Amino acid sequence: MIKRLLPLIRKEFIHLIRDPRSLALMFLLPVFLLILYGYAINFDVKNVPLGVLDQDRSAASREFIDKFTKSGSFVLVENLVSGSQFGDRLDSGKIRAVINIPSDFSEKIKSLEKMNLQIIVDGSDPTWAASALAYINAIVSQYQQEQIQVYFKKKGMGAVPQLPINLATRVWYNETLRSVNFFIPGLICVILMQMSATLTSLTIVSEKEQGTMEALVVSPIRKNELMLGKVIPYVLVAFVDVLIITAIGVFWFGVPFKGSFLLLILGSFIFLTGAMAIGVLISTNAHSSQEAMQAATLMTMLPSLLLSGLVFPIENMPWLLQLLSYLIPARYFLTILRGIFLKGTGLNYLWPEFLMMLTLSTLVITLSVRRFKKRIE
Amino acid sequence: MDSRIIHFIKKEFIQMFRDRRMLYVALLAPVIQLIAFGYIASTDITHISMAVLDEDKTYYSRTYLQSYKNSGYFDLNYYLNRTKEMNRLLDGGLVKAVLHVPRGFGKELVRNQQANVQVIIDGSNSSQAMIIQGYIEQINLSQARVILEKRLRRMGINAQALQFMDTRLRVWYNPELKSVNFMVPALFAQVLLMVGMILTTASVVKEKEKGTMEMLVVTPLKPYELILGKLLPFALVSLVEISFIFLVATLWFHVPMRGSVLLLFSLAFLFMLTSLGLGLLISTISRTQRQAIMTNVFVMAPQFILSGFIFPIANMPKAIQVITYFIPLRYFLEIVRGIFLKGVRAAYLWNQIWPLCIFGVALLGLSIIRFKKKLE
Repeated sequence: MIKRLLPLIRKEFIHLIRDPRSLALMFLLPVFLLILYGYAINFDVKNVPLGVLDQDRSAASREFIDKFTKSGSFVLVENLVSGSQFGDRLDSGKIRAVINIPSDFSEKIKSLEKMNLQIIVDGSDPTWAASALAYINAIVSQYQQEQIQVYFKKKGMGAVPQLPINLATRVWYNETLRSVNFFIPGLICVILMQMSATLTSLTIVSEKEQGTMEALVVSPIRKNELMLGKVIPYVLVAFVDVLIITAIGVFWFGVPFKGSFLLLILGSFIFLTGAMAIGVLISTNAHSSQEAMQAATLMTMLPSLLLSGLVFPIENMPWLLQLLSYLIPARYFLTILRGIFLKGTGLNYLWPEFLMMLTLSTLVITLSVRRFKKRIE
Repeated sequence: MDSRIIHFIKKEFIQMFRDRRMLYVALLAPVIQLIAFGYIASTDITHISMAVLDEDKTYYSRTYLQSYKNSGYFDLNYYLNRTKEMNRLLDGGLVKAVLHVPRGFGKELVRNQQANVQVIIDGSNSSQAMIIQGYIEQINLSQARVILEKRLRRMGINAQALQFMDTRLRVWYNPELKSVNFMVPALFAQVLLMVGMILTTASVVKEKEKGTMEMLVVTPLKPYELILGKLLPFALVSLVEISFIFLVATLWFHVPMRGSVLLLFSLAFLFMLTSLGLGLLISTISRTQRQAIMTNVFVMAPQFILSGFIFPIANMPKAIQVITYFIPLRYFLEIVRGIFLKGVRAAYLWNQIWPLCIFGVALLGLSIIRFKKKLE
């Protein structure tokens, strides 16, 4: 078997090397995507263009605005002069948040009298807006608390009343709350899924298209060997990609790697074989490369992007889609990757995910072996 | 000439429908995404799984914890007895946060002292963690205020003063913060790009691969007729599909359409020139389907990642932000979202329209020139 298999694998590698564009796709694309994503993905609230209508123009109001800008989350881009400008500035997107400070701001602060503070946030991008709202609330409450302290101190009312409950917040796993730390482990999953399903499906379909499948069919090679010969080179390529992505993630983007490297390799292997089997499955049904490519996108990329919890949390989906997400291998691989990278968890926590992934991979592999035919239609 | 080009276009349509699978897949992908974005893409966070370690077990600690439950944001799924149990729940991802009320919480409150509470948040998902932290701080603050007000009242101080800043937080354009309203308009842009690029390259490169392109060249069809005939069917398919998305978005998902439909579709046409131009350009530099696919992937990926499709451009590093100005999709996304959600008029979109015009003319022009050269 080995004797027949090796030349096939060698042939496959020669094909790969001969076509520089597919070689580039295999090794450059993951790096390219990772760097793009690594720099592009950032949901932190930073440098939000802020407009202020300061009707008070006092030291107090300026100090209040400073609370927003000093945090680095907001940048004051314009001092507005009238409320009628809000619509124009927000519509054009020049400003994404507006603070309207009433003219009696400093006066009312002195006596802690009730005042109305109007804040408007551009909600078009809900993810961003939700974080921005949380930020604004935090800044305002903190400022209010400080002013109360100042008031009591000034009045000489004995002990300054502290907040009766002191909340100490600690963040685990991703202490600095960097979004890169969350996304890069997930990207390994997406990139692997895309690459393996696309590449394997393409390699078989292009043999069909170019008519070289016929030559393979008449050769003494067996069906399973043919499949293995097609898949093994890409498994190797994908493994190199895993290493490259992990290295860039850890050394370039500073993503922590707390868990076991061996477990990462094991998980990637199970996931990869499943993804490759999907590719084979697609290729047995597709007639042209374009078709195979489209089907690969539809069957692997989209579900793994949308239903895996990569961007959108699974807990918030309707129950039917939540149910469906259990069938997406990426869902389990994602949990495994994040666990290994960020939490350093081992098999004692991750075994259910490994088991599910193994089951799904075995299922797809069995299916693809059965459907894969060594003949011409 | 008229009948010549009509026949050619007819042939293109016949080919398109004969290769039905390809068409279905191209049409199906956006529909799946439409459903996905409509139902999946919810970023609002409720039912956050939380564990509680109540070492105090007094009336005070129970009231305090109850306020988290009552907020509607948190599900208190686990009641712990020991600190050690925390690790298991957080490591296993079973809870997003653990609230720890140490012994003496109630006693401190009775004695008018400051009581301590500790919360641990799973920060892996940073943006989610930030929002959870915000919720917890808010609930804690309102609880603390209730107690503080009581204390002050006893001291004879007007307790209302503690809430003297009445913040009227308003969210414009998308007050319920629904992701559908943000993502579905973006699909509009995506369809134009995908159909324009993938189907166009597929159709042109296929003729090349099969050698039928040479046959087309020797027919009396003029180059511009050939190009027009190749592009028109896909322009029509795109148009049908975006109309479909438009209807589903507004009628089914109730995405607000505040601007002019005419403006939206005419600018969609402008963007279509760009995507068809890109498609044609890629097909001139690709000899095989495989090459075309790979080039498409390389060209498409940055468009989606750097255009603000999902990831906010404002948060990208300065150098990357500069690159985004060279991505036509960026401008079109701003246009689509602006018209849908903000109802802005053309005058506000001028800064997006002129770059799109330049890209459209340049890309389509360049591709036509290259395509003609290849034909000759």
